[in-house]
Amino acid sequence: MANKDDIKFLSNPKIGQNRKKYCRFRRFGIKHIDYKDADFLLQFINEQGKILPRRITGNSLKYQRKVASAIKRARQLALLPYVADLLK
Amino acid sequence: MRNFEVTFIVDPVLSNDEIKETAQTYVKSITEVGGNIVFVNEMGLRQLAYNIAKRSSGIYYCIEFQLEDPSFIAVMELALTRDERVLRYLTVQLDKFGIKYNDDKRKGLIGKRKKPGTDAVPPADGVAPQSENVDSAI
Repeated sequence: MANKDDIKFLSNPKIGQNRKKYCRFRRFGIKHIDYKDADFLLQFINEQGKILPRRITGNSLKYQRKVASAIKRARQLALLPYVADLLK
Repeated sequence: MRNFEVTFIVDPVLSNDEIKETAQTYVKSITEVGGNIVFVNEMGLRQLAYNIAKRSSGIYYCIEFQLEDPSFIAVMELALTRDERVLRYLTVQLDKFGIKYNDDKRKGLIGKRKKPGTDAVPPADGVAPQSENVDSAI
């Protein structure tokens, strides 16, 4: 019964395709990272509260440094935890 | 003229007047040395990510100001360290992007840019009443 259109989607065509990572700060023109915006910084830490590497976030070196310093400032002000369990 | 930003956490056990007075002390001391207050952001009561001095919450204040003579920063930080009403503080010098960011945030432009389409209205609502409160507080 299956016609050609059904068969085409039996396997997910997107599996195996690597989506290119990009630096969101460069792409969207964000120049300043606010250490008071804890919800935004939550995207760059894992559930233990560790800073994610560039290899995962895709940030450029310049903005990865800024993200790291913003997270460290947020930790000093108790906006983010130094150590956590099940943060997300 | 450099722009600075000092964020500090005030003890939540104090009464409302005492909390406001704490913030006013530092606003006053900045103006006394010829500093120019740009904005006082009352971030309000927040849960701390970890306990500080056996407190699990605190009232956040953020004062943005311009200063000619940066040697006052050391004096202010010493006062903040000695102040028992303040749990913690952080002073930061703002670069030109930081100044622009804070300016845009006050106008309510920032929240929209990060998530286009999804929440165009809520950030504008969230920012506007906050700034009104602070104006009346001063």
